[in-house]
Amino acid sequence: MRFTKDHEWVVLEGDVATIGITAYAAEQLGDVVFVETPEVGKTVKAGDGFAVVESVKAASDVYAPISGEVVETNTALGDAPDTVNAVPESGGWFAKLKIADKGQYDALMDRDAYEAFLGTL
Amino acid sequence: MAMSNIGRPTQPQAAGASSAHASLTGARGLLQDEALIFEMDGWDKTGVDFDMPSQVASDLGDLVRTSPIGLPGLSEPEAMRHFVRLSQKNHAIDLALYPLGSCTMKHNPRLNEKMARLAGFGDLHPMSPQSTTQGALELMDRLAHWLKTLTGMPAVALSPKAGAHGELCGLLAIKAAHEAKGQGHRRTVLVPTSAHGTNPATAAFVGYDVAEIAQTVDGRVDLADLAAKLSPDVAAIMVTNPNTCGLFERDIIEIARLTHEAGAYFYCDGANFNAIVGRVRPGDLGVDAMHINLHKTFSTPHGGGGPGAGPVVLSAALAPYAPTPWVVSAGEGFKLVEEAQDEAADTFGRMVAFHGQMGMFVRAYAYMLSHGTDGLRQVAEDAVLNANYIKAKLSPVMTPAFPDGPCMHEALFDDSWLEGTGVTTLDFAKAMIDEGFHPMTMYFPLVVHGAMLIEPTETESKQELDRFCNALTLLAQAAKAGDAERFTGAPYLAPMRRLDETLAARKPRLTWRPEPTTVAPTPMAAE
Amino acid sequence: MRYLPLTAADRTEMLGVIGAATIDDLFVDVPAAARKAELFDLPPHAGEMEVERALSALAAKNRPAGAGPFFCGAGAYKHHVPATVDHIIQRSEFLTSYTPYQPEIAQGTLQVLFEFQTQVAALTGLEVANASMYDGSTACAEAVMMAQRVTRRKKAVLSGGLHPHYAAVTQTIAHAEGMDITRQAVAIDAEAAVLSAIDADTACVVVQTPNVFGVVTDVTKIADAAHAAGALLIVVTTEAVSYGLLKSPGEMGADIAVGEGQSIGVGLNYGGPYVGLFAAREKFVRQMPGRLCGQTVDADGARGFVLTLSTREQHIRREKATSNICTNSGLCALAFTIHMTLLGERGLRQLAALNHSRARELRDALAAVPGVEILTPRFFNEFAVRVPGKAAEVVEALLADGVVAGVPFSRLDPKAGLDDVLLVAATETTTRDDIAAFAKALKGRTA
Repeated sequence: MRFTKDHEWVVLEGDVATIGITAYAAEQLGDVVFVETPEVGKTVKAGDGFAVVESVKAASDVYAPISGEVVETNTALGDAPDTVNAVPESGGWFAKLKIADKGQYDALMDRDAYEAFLGTL
Repeated sequence: MAMSNIGRPTQPQAAGASSAHASLTGARGLLQDEALIFEMDGWDKTGVDFDMPSQVASDLGDLVRTSPIGLPGLSEPEAMRHFVRLSQKNHAIDLALYPLGSCTMKHNPRLNEKMARLAGFGDLHPMSPQSTTQGALELMDRLAHWLKTLTGMPAVALSPKAGAHGELCGLLAIKAAHEAKGQGHRRTVLVPTSAHGTNPATAAFVGYDVAEIAQTVDGRVDLADLAAKLSPDVAAIMVTNPNTCGLFERDIIEIARLTHEAGAYFYCDGANFNAIVGRVRPGDLGVDAMHINLHKTFSTPHGGGGPGAGPVVLSAALAPYAPTPWVVSAGEGFKLVEEAQDEAADTFGRMVAFHGQMGMFVRAYAYMLSHGTDGLRQVAEDAVLNANYIKAKLSPVMTPAFPDGPCMHEALFDDSWLEGTGVTTLDFAKAMIDEGFHPMTMYFPLVVHGAMLIEPTETESKQELDRFCNALTLLAQAAKAGDAERFTGAPYLAPMRRLDETLAARKPRLTWRPEPTTVAPTPMAAE
Repeated sequence: MRYLPLTAADRTEMLGVIGAATIDDLFVDVPAAARKAELFDLPPHAGEMEVERALSALAAKNRPAGAGPFFCGAGAYKHHVPATVDHIIQRSEFLTSYTPYQPEIAQGTLQVLFEFQTQVAALTGLEVANASMYDGSTACAEAVMMAQRVTRRKKAVLSGGLHPHYAAVTQTIAHAEGMDITRQAVAIDAEAAVLSAIDADTACVVVQTPNVFGVVTDVTKIADAAHAAGALLIVVTTEAVSYGLLKSPGEMGADIAVGEGQSIGVGLNYGGPYVGLFAAREKFVRQMPGRLCGQTVDADGARGFVLTLSTREQHIRREKATSNICTNSGLCALAFTIHMTLLGERGLRQLAALNHSRARELRDALAAVPGVEILTPRFFNEFAVRVPGKAAEVVEALLADGVVAGVPFSRLDPKAGLDDVLLVAATETTTRDDIAAFAKALKGRTA
């Protein structure tokens, strides 16, 4: 699992990247009430806002850590947005992207680096 | 992700069940547990009698509704009781100081209500021939004169329906002016980080990109940052003055000069005009457009969310683009310019179906006549005096966000004084309810951590201010003394305990529907 | 000054607490060049009696709708408002409260909004409604922009029967936001003409029923055509009483229904404040503009109401908000809810039937006047007539007979070439004597 400074995580299996927000982010946001996921088939660039996560008092853009085409979204979040709070780094995933450039993945932080980064906040 | 954790907690604590004695029926003393009108078995009732003709025919065939609508009715005594019971669950400016910063909750004179209900105003149709509405047009002309004189601006568009609608009006005039000058390519509107949410929302609404201007440590626009961002791509800046930290922008004239030098226009959010009315004219500061919330500066009642009215004063550069309609004097009388032709050839269009919030115009004009030029100046002075008095009285127990120098009409505190108490700004605000006061504006402006923005207005007596400051001082002392439970479970004594906003947002129930476990009432049959 | 509680002694004492010598010390941040030492050139303060005299004199120069035979409609209607309505909306707790940001002490306002939303949803035949917009025209513009968000298309087709002011407001606001607005040629019975304009780029079709000429239309086929093209149907209604007689927008396939709610509980007020109604299909709720009130529970488990889904709104979403609306028309929504509660379904149906009946009587009376032609084939309480000569001149002439005959279409749209078209409306407040006086005067003036 790799991480961004904007608190997204990525897991890469083959050329499919699964993306979500970190436990730290989920805790900071508080109770998630709604998640807007992108349309399947959409192409996103690294750094683009591609999803929105809402708590009662805040709506935050989620940025794509990596470029690719959306191949699947977590439709279960529609009825159970609280999954993002319960299991942010597994069942609370947002979308899966088919990626072309594995180099972007390798450039992201590993868990140790992310934990160290959190320590600086 | 663009993470914002500024939002406040919204799920009631699991602990803190009501310590108060609970009734058997859900009532709280004389406060009734009032059902919804849909739960009163009123499917065949009505509280209105009509003298129906013996035969009601229709030639509309299958255009006529045949299915039930699903509307209950109540007899007059039942309806009166229902709404009066509900009213008792509201706080109101008529009950106590209502310190919502930036919202300006001041006394609403009842004379203004009486005047707006005169048949010549309240029962006047907007499309009645203009020869039958001369008094209304004259009033609009007089109101315009007062607004122009008080702001030092040459023109005013009266029709916008509220402050945000006025912002829209101002930006549309700016856009039209740029297009007329061949500057339609300008794409950006600069907005300080401390701005009201309506500012960036309005700019985006009109199709502009929004860029933020940084703020200095003393709570003002960062002039250097502004200068750096004023590119040939900038169409306008939107600055609130006095700003949302309750401070006057000392460099306002320089801000205007730099803006104009860059070929952009200066939109001033006039939400806080009440702090300077009668003492400072925005026209002297270089403003090109400014909306005036009549409910804030000129006391029209806010009615639990509206209606407002947001006339926009305009500089000579923007005046030709004002929206229709407007009033002009014509011979011995007045007339409405309603169409985009002749003198209105350059208008950017129309904001509303008719002529604006006439009912609010009458109230605001009555307020102006009552105060006069001397009284309005006193309004600003007393509003500022009251706010500084609160700031001085509460500074020993709370931390002012900008301790140096005076504030204008509102006093801003941060939450650093709550550190280590286990009490948040939200908790503190909810505990104020138990002491009989409406909370202040919280968590706004966003630039101050745990912000508490207190605006007393000029219509509070010294006695009420002292009562308020005493309550907050006692609460602050309790928080620091470790009595966290008084806050985290608050309110205990309000008509309701803390409400679960998370549940409401996760599973939205926006209309009443029969409970699935009960038998649905039978709506009346179609006629 | 009667509204200012501070005494001179208070002010002195308070300045002392603050540590300021004079009030001017509190205005030091104002640039010296902008400080005004003198009073502005406006009259001084005045007592209640003087103000009342001045405003009564202005009011007396106007001719209220209730002063005699009166037939203006065109988006604002003369109806009777029960006395209870005005009494309740003047209660301090409703009149002088703010937006219900603190739900624990605003349940009165919030429960009313929940009831209002439910009533509006029922009337329009749709699942969800918001807590009000400024008026019908701005609700119409907001609906068009919402259709753009839902469909991600930019083209809006406005029917030629849409109230010209509504079309102008929509054109002004939605065009500025980047939409491409196609307004069809003005014609009396033109709703079906929108069918040919719907294409794969169309975000929405806007149709008014009853339209500005009073024509009632079954929009079911238009809904089908819009949906087949992936567009939304927006149905506009300017006379809310018509919901009591006619098929609802939702029943006919509308995705969004907007309306002017002034007819229920709100006076004419020379054009404002009014109350915009806004309802939609539930699946579009997150794209709706404006405030929404929702049901929840408090810490003791009791039912209560809060403003919800506010992440759509400007104070949180800022430049990504669905609308910039903040203050809406809360007190007028309260008036609407009280009046509608007094009416109930039974009363509303009676009221609607009575309006329709009076309008038919008016039609029969005017049809009998030589030279007058009834132009609207099927109507609710308002219709268009062709008069000899210019309608505006006929209206001016009839004022001498004490009759306000209606709205000349040329006042709404001088470029439509319909100078001889007069819009006339009748409501439950119209008496048979009013109708007779109108017909007689018209006959006299057009003979």
